[in-house]
Amino acid sequence: MTSAWIGIIVLAVGCFIFKLAGLSVPERVLDHPFTRRAADLIPVALLGALIAVQVLGGDHTLVIDARLAALGVAAVLLMLRVPFLPMVLAAAATAALLRLM
Amino acid sequence: MTSDRSVITDSLGVGVATGAYGISFGALATASGLDVWQACAMSLAVFTGASQFAFIGVLASGGNPLTGALTAILLGSRNLFYGLSLAPLLRLTGPARLASAHWVIDETTAVAVTRETTRQARLGFYWTGATIFVLWNTTTFVGALAGTAIGDPRDYGLDAAVGAAFLGLLWPRLTSWGTRAIALLAAAVAIGLVPFTAAGVPIIVGGAVAVLVGLRWHVSPEDAS
Repeated sequence: MTSAWIGIIVLAVGCFIFKLAGLSVPERVLDHPFTRRAADLIPVALLGALIAVQVLGGDHTLVIDARLAALGVAAVLLMLRVPFLPMVLAAAATAALLRLM
Repeated sequence: MTSDRSVITDSLGVGVATGAYGISFGALATASGLDVWQACAMSLAVFTGASQFAFIGVLASGGNPLTGALTAILLGSRNLFYGLSLAPLLRLTGPARLASAHWVIDETTAVAVTRETTRQARLGFYWTGATIFVLWNTTTFVGALAGTAIGDPRDYGLDAAVGAAFLGLLWPRLTSWGTRAIALLAAAVAIGLVPFTAAGVPIIVGGAVAVLVGLRWHVSPEDAS
Protein backbone atom coordinates (compact mmCIF):
# COMPACT_ATOMS: atom_id res chain seq x y z
CA MET A 1 0.00 0.00 0.00
CA THR A 2 2.48 2.60 -1.24
CA SER A 3 -0.20 5.21 -1.87
CA ALA A 4 -1.20 5.03 1.80
CA TRP A 5 2.40 5.92 2.74
CA ILE A 6 2.31 8.91 0.38
CA GLY A 7 -0.97 10.03 1.96
CA ILE A 8 0.52 9.68 5.45
CA ILE A 9 3.63 11.71 4.51
CA VAL A 10 1.54 14.48 2.89
CA LEU A 11 -0.70 14.52 5.96
CA ALA A 12 2.21 14.66 8.41
CA VAL A 13 3.91 17.52 6.53
CA GLY A 14 0.65 19.46 6.08
CA CYS A 15 -0.32 19.18 9.74
CA PHE A 16 3.18 20.17 10.91
CA ILE A 17 3.19 23.27 8.71
CA PHE A 18 -0.08 24.47 10.29
CA LYS A 19 1.22 23.80 13.80
CA LEU A 20 4.53 25.60 13.19
CA ALA A 21 2.90 28.50 11.32
CA GLY A 22 0.65 29.26 14.30
CA LEU A 23 3.65 29.60 16.59
CA SER A 24 5.67 31.60 14.05
CA VAL A 25 3.35 34.02 12.23
CA PRO A 26 2.85 37.45 13.86
CA GLU A 27 -0.57 37.39 15.52
CA ARG A 28 -1.99 40.39 13.63
CA VAL A 29 -1.59 38.62 10.25
CA LEU A 30 -4.14 35.91 11.03
CA ASP A 31 -6.04 37.21 14.01
CA HIS A 32 -8.99 38.51 12.03
CA PRO A 33 -12.61 37.80 13.08
CA PHE A 34 -13.29 36.19 9.69
CA THR A 35 -10.42 33.68 9.92
CA ARG A 36 -11.27 32.99 13.57
CA ARG A 37 -14.86 32.16 12.64
CA ALA A 38 -13.75 29.98 9.73
CA ALA A 39 -11.43 28.12 12.10
CA ASP A 40 -14.31 27.48 14.51
CA LEU A 41 -16.60 26.25 11.73
CA ILE A 42 -14.20 23.99 9.79
CA PRO A 43 -13.96 21.20 12.41
CA VAL A 44 -17.72 21.26 13.06
CA ALA A 45 -18.58 21.00 9.36
CA LEU A 46 -15.95 18.38 8.48
CA LEU A 47 -16.80 16.18 11.47
CA GLY A 48 -20.52 16.42 10.61
CA ALA A 49 -19.82 15.28 7.05
CA LEU A 50 -17.42 12.56 8.19
CA ILE A 51 -19.99 11.11 10.61
CA ALA A 52 -22.69 11.03 7.94
CA VAL A 53 -20.52 9.27 5.36
CA GLN A 54 -19.03 6.91 7.92
CA VAL A 55 -22.40 5.84 9.28
CA LEU A 56 -24.63 5.84 6.18
CA GLY A 57 -22.19 5.51 3.29
CA GLY A 58 -21.96 2.37 1.17
CA ASP A 59 -20.45 1.73 -2.24
CA HIS A 60 -22.08 4.69 -4.04
CA THR A 61 -25.30 4.11 -2.09
CA LEU A 62 -26.69 4.89 1.32
CA VAL A 63 -27.09 1.97 3.70
CA ILE A 64 -29.03 1.90 6.96
CA ASP A 65 -27.63 -0.81 9.22
CA ALA A 66 -26.19 -1.47 12.67
CA ARG A 67 -23.87 1.54 12.34
CA LEU A 68 -26.80 3.95 12.73
CA ALA A 69 -28.01 2.23 15.89
CA ALA A 70 -24.45 2.40 17.23
CA LEU A 71 -24.33 6.15 16.54
CA GLY A 72 -27.62 6.56 18.42
CA VAL A 73 -26.15 4.76 21.43
CA ALA A 74 -23.05 6.97 21.21
CA ALA A 75 -25.21 10.13 21.20
CA VAL A 76 -27.17 9.01 24.26
CA LEU A 77 -23.96 8.16 26.14
CA LEU A 78 -22.42 11.52 25.24
CA MET A 79 -25.54 13.25 26.58
CA LEU A 80 -24.98 11.30 29.81
CA ARG A 81 -21.35 12.54 29.82
CA VAL A 82 -19.84 9.07 29.47
CA PRO A 83 -16.08 9.42 28.66
CA PHE A 84 -14.72 8.89 25.15
CA LEU A 85 -13.31 5.37 25.36
CA PRO A 86 -16.27 3.59 27.06
CA MET A 87 -18.61 5.48 24.70
CA VAL A 88 -16.76 4.21 21.60
CA LEU A 89 -16.60 0.66 23.00
CA ALA A 90 -20.35 0.68 23.73
CA ALA A 91 -21.08 1.84 20.18
CA ALA A 92 -18.92 -0.96 18.74
CA ALA A 93 -20.59 -3.51 21.02
CA THR A 94 -24.04 -2.32 19.90
CA ALA A 95 -23.20 -2.91 16.24
CA ALA A 96 -21.53 -6.25 16.98
CA LEU A 97 -24.54 -7.51 18.96
CA LEU A 98 -27.06 -6.38 16.34
CA ARG A 99 -25.10 -8.28 13.68
CA LEU A 100 -25.10 -11.41 15.82
CA MET A 101 -28.88 -11.38 16.06
CA MET B 1 -2.10 31.82 41.82
CA THR B 2 -2.13 28.12 40.98
CA SER B 3 0.84 26.06 42.11
CA ASP B 4 3.22 24.33 39.71
CA ARG B 5 2.10 21.05 41.19
CA SER B 6 -1.54 21.63 40.24
CA VAL B 7 -0.50 22.54 36.67
CA ILE B 8 1.34 19.21 36.42
CA THR B 9 -1.63 17.33 37.93
CA ASP B 10 -3.98 18.91 35.35
CA SER B 11 -1.55 17.99 32.59
CA LEU B 12 -1.29 14.36 33.66
CA GLY B 13 -5.07 14.02 33.99
CA VAL B 14 -5.73 15.39 30.51
CA GLY B 15 -2.77 13.45 29.10
CA VAL B 16 -3.80 10.06 30.46
CA ALA B 17 -7.45 10.45 29.42
CA THR B 18 -6.46 11.47 25.89
CA GLY B 19 -3.50 9.13 25.47
CA ALA B 20 -5.63 6.09 26.29
CA TYR B 21 -7.82 6.40 23.24
CA GLY B 22 -4.89 5.86 20.93
CA ILE B 23 -5.97 2.25 21.38
CA SER B 24 -9.16 2.93 19.41
CA PHE B 25 -7.15 4.76 16.75
CA GLY B 26 -4.74 1.83 16.35
CA ALA B 27 -7.53 -0.74 16.09
CA LEU B 28 -9.59 1.36 13.66
CA ALA B 29 -6.53 2.19 11.52
CA THR B 30 -5.77 -1.47 10.86
CA ALA B 31 -9.49 -2.18 10.40
CA SER B 32 -9.54 0.43 7.61
CA GLY B 33 -6.68 -1.18 5.73
CA LEU B 34 -3.45 0.30 7.12
CA ASP B 35 -0.74 -2.00 8.46
CA VAL B 36 0.63 -1.78 12.00
CA TRP B 37 3.64 0.33 10.91
CA GLN B 38 1.48 2.81 9.02
CA ALA B 39 -0.78 3.21 12.05
CA CYS B 40 2.26 3.81 14.29
CA ALA B 41 3.91 6.16 11.79
CA MET B 42 0.73 8.26 11.79
CA SER B 43 0.64 8.63 15.55
CA LEU B 44 4.35 9.53 15.61
CA ALA B 45 4.47 11.91 12.65
CA VAL B 46 0.94 13.33 12.32
CA PHE B 47 0.11 13.44 16.05
CA THR B 48 -3.23 15.21 15.97
CA GLY B 49 -6.05 12.84 16.79
CA ALA B 50 -9.02 14.20 14.86
CA SER B 51 -6.99 14.39 11.63
CA GLN B 52 -5.73 10.85 12.11
CA PHE B 53 -9.30 9.57 12.55
CA ALA B 54 -10.41 11.59 9.51
CA PHE B 55 -7.69 10.06 7.32
CA ILE B 56 -8.62 6.48 8.21
CA GLY B 57 -12.32 7.37 7.97
CA VAL B 58 -11.88 8.41 4.33
CA LEU B 59 -9.79 5.28 3.61
CA ALA B 60 -12.42 3.08 5.27
CA SER B 61 -15.16 4.55 3.07
CA GLY B 62 -13.12 3.73 -0.04
CA GLY B 63 -11.52 7.12 -0.67
CA ASN B 64 -7.94 7.46 -1.90
CA PRO B 65 -5.19 8.44 0.55
CA LEU B 66 -4.63 11.90 -0.97
CA THR B 67 -8.31 12.82 -0.55
CA GLY B 68 -7.99 11.51 2.99
CA ALA B 69 -4.88 13.61 3.59
CA LEU B 70 -6.58 16.76 2.24
CA THR B 71 -9.63 16.26 4.49
CA ALA B 72 -7.41 15.58 7.48
CA ILE B 73 -5.12 18.58 6.83
CA LEU B 74 -8.20 20.87 6.64
CA LEU B 75 -9.33 19.47 9.96
CA GLY B 76 -5.81 20.11 11.32
CA SER B 77 -5.95 23.77 10.29
CA ARG B 78 -7.37 24.64 13.72
CA ASN B 79 -3.93 23.91 15.18
CA LEU B 80 -2.81 27.10 13.40
CA PHE B 81 -5.04 29.12 15.70
CA TYR B 82 -3.97 27.17 18.75
CA GLY B 83 -0.39 28.12 17.85
CA LEU B 84 -1.42 31.78 17.61
CA SER B 85 -2.90 31.66 21.12
CA LEU B 86 0.11 29.82 22.51
CA ALA B 87 2.89 31.90 20.92
CA PRO B 88 2.75 34.93 23.25
CA LEU B 89 2.52 32.64 26.30
CA LEU B 90 5.23 30.12 25.48
CA ARG B 91 7.63 32.71 23.95
CA LEU B 92 9.62 30.22 21.90
CA THR B 93 12.21 31.04 19.25
CA GLY B 94 14.41 29.17 16.77
CA PRO B 95 15.09 25.50 17.46
CA ALA B 96 12.87 25.40 20.57
CA ARG B 97 9.91 26.58 18.49
CA LEU B 98 10.65 24.03 15.77
CA ALA B 99 10.93 21.24 18.33
CA SER B 100 7.75 22.21 20.19
CA ALA B 101 5.42 22.77 17.22
CA HIS B 102 4.63 19.06 16.87
CA TRP B 103 2.85 19.14 20.24
CA VAL B 104 0.50 22.03 19.37
CA ILE B 105 -2.84 20.17 19.62
CA ASP B 106 -6.27 20.59 21.26
CA GLU B 107 -5.25 19.26 24.67
CA THR B 108 -1.87 20.98 25.13
CA THR B 109 -3.52 24.26 24.14
CA ALA B 110 -6.42 23.74 26.55
CA VAL B 111 -4.05 23.15 29.47
CA ALA B 112 -1.54 25.90 28.59
CA VAL B 113 -3.63 28.90 27.49
CA THR B 114 -5.33 29.43 30.85
CA ARG B 115 -1.99 29.98 32.66
CA GLU B 116 -0.91 33.44 33.73
CA THR B 117 2.86 33.06 33.45
CA THR B 118 5.18 31.79 30.73
CA ARG B 119 6.70 29.39 33.24
CA GLN B 120 3.37 27.71 34.04
CA ALA B 121 2.16 27.80 30.44
CA ARG B 122 5.33 25.93 29.42
CA LEU B 123 4.93 23.53 32.32
CA GLY B 124 1.37 22.70 31.21
CA PHE B 125 2.29 22.50 27.53
CA TYR B 126 5.27 20.17 27.92
CA TRP B 127 3.83 17.90 30.62
CA THR B 128 0.59 17.46 28.69
CA GLY B 129 2.42 17.06 25.37
CA ALA B 130 4.89 14.52 26.73
CA THR B 131 2.23 12.45 28.51
CA ILE B 132 0.00 12.29 25.44
CA PHE B 133 2.89 11.66 23.03
CA VAL B 134 4.20 8.67 24.99
CA LEU B 135 0.76 7.17 25.71
CA TRP B 136 -0.79 7.90 22.30
CA ASN B 137 2.05 6.15 20.48
CA THR B 138 2.17 3.20 22.87
CA THR B 139 -1.59 2.66 22.80
CA THR B 140 -1.70 3.05 19.00
CA PHE B 141 0.78 0.18 18.69
CA VAL B 142 -1.22 -2.01 21.10
CA GLY B 143 -4.51 -1.18 19.36
CA ALA B 144 -3.04 -1.83 15.91
CA LEU B 145 -1.72 -5.25 16.98
CA ALA B 146 -5.09 -6.11 18.50
CA GLY B 147 -6.86 -4.85 15.37
CA THR B 148 -4.91 -7.19 13.08
CA ALA B 149 -5.36 -10.18 15.41
CA ILE B 150 -9.15 -10.26 15.56
CA GLY B 151 -10.20 -11.06 11.99
CA ASP B 152 -13.15 -9.25 10.36
CA PRO B 153 -13.44 -5.86 12.12
CA ARG B 154 -17.15 -5.67 11.30
CA ASP B 155 -17.86 -8.62 13.61
CA TYR B 156 -16.69 -6.42 16.48
CA GLY B 157 -18.55 -3.32 15.31
CA LEU B 158 -15.28 -1.48 14.67
CA ASP B 159 -16.67 0.19 11.54
CA ALA B 160 -19.47 1.62 13.68
CA ALA B 161 -16.93 2.75 16.28
CA VAL B 162 -15.40 5.23 13.79
CA GLY B 163 -18.67 7.18 13.58
CA ALA B 164 -18.92 7.17 17.38
CA ALA B 165 -15.33 8.43 17.67
CA PHE B 166 -16.09 11.32 15.29
CA LEU B 167 -19.24 12.15 17.27
CA GLY B 168 -17.17 12.20 20.45
CA LEU B 169 -14.78 14.69 18.86
CA LEU B 170 -17.64 16.82 17.51
CA TRP B 171 -19.77 16.82 20.67
CA PRO B 172 -17.91 19.46 22.72
CA ARG B 173 -18.05 21.83 19.71
CA LEU B 174 -21.86 21.73 19.42
CA THR B 175 -22.21 24.65 21.80
CA SER B 176 -24.87 26.65 19.94
CA TRP B 177 -27.89 26.03 17.72
CA GLY B 178 -25.93 27.57 14.88
CA THR B 179 -23.05 25.06 15.10
CA ARG B 180 -25.52 22.16 15.39
CA ALA B 181 -27.24 23.37 12.22
CA ILE B 182 -23.87 23.64 10.42
CA ALA B 183 -22.92 20.08 11.41
CA LEU B 184 -26.31 18.80 10.18
CA LEU B 185 -26.05 20.77 6.94
CA ALA B 186 -22.59 19.33 6.24
CA ALA B 187 -23.95 15.84 6.97
CA ALA B 188 -26.96 16.34 4.68
CA VAL B 189 -24.90 17.65 1.74
CA ALA B 190 -22.37 14.84 2.16
CA ILE B 191 -25.08 12.16 2.23
CA GLY B 192 -26.72 13.68 -0.83
CA LEU B 193 -23.44 13.45 -2.75
CA VAL B 194 -22.50 9.87 -1.82
CA PRO B 195 -24.37 8.20 -4.71
CA PHE B 196 -22.93 10.56 -7.34
CA THR B 197 -19.30 11.29 -6.48
CA ALA B 198 -16.03 9.49 -5.79
CA ALA B 199 -15.45 8.44 -2.17
CA GLY B 200 -14.00 11.24 -0.06
CA VAL B 201 -15.48 14.01 -2.20
CA PRO B 202 -18.79 14.22 -0.24
CA ILE B 203 -16.86 14.96 2.97
CA ILE B 204 -14.85 17.84 1.51
CA VAL B 205 -17.73 19.36 -0.47
CA GLY B 206 -20.23 18.91 2.39
CA GLY B 207 -17.78 20.49 4.81
CA ALA B 208 -16.99 23.39 2.46
CA VAL B 209 -20.65 24.21 1.74
CA ALA B 210 -21.49 24.22 5.45
CA VAL B 211 -18.51 26.45 6.32
CA LEU B 212 -19.49 28.97 3.61
CA VAL B 213 -23.11 29.01 4.80
CA GLY B 214 -21.92 29.42 8.39
CA LEU B 215 -19.71 32.37 7.44
CA ARG B 216 -22.50 33.97 5.43
CA TRP B 217 -24.98 33.63 8.29
CA HIS B 218 -22.46 34.60 10.97
CA VAL B 219 -22.79 31.36 12.88
CA SER B 220 -20.62 31.33 16.00
CA PRO B 221 -19.94 28.83 18.81
CA GLU B 222 -21.94 31.03 21.19
CA ASP B 223 -25.60 31.83 20.72
CA ALA B 224 -26.15 35.49 19.96
CA SER B 225 -29.02 35.80 22.46
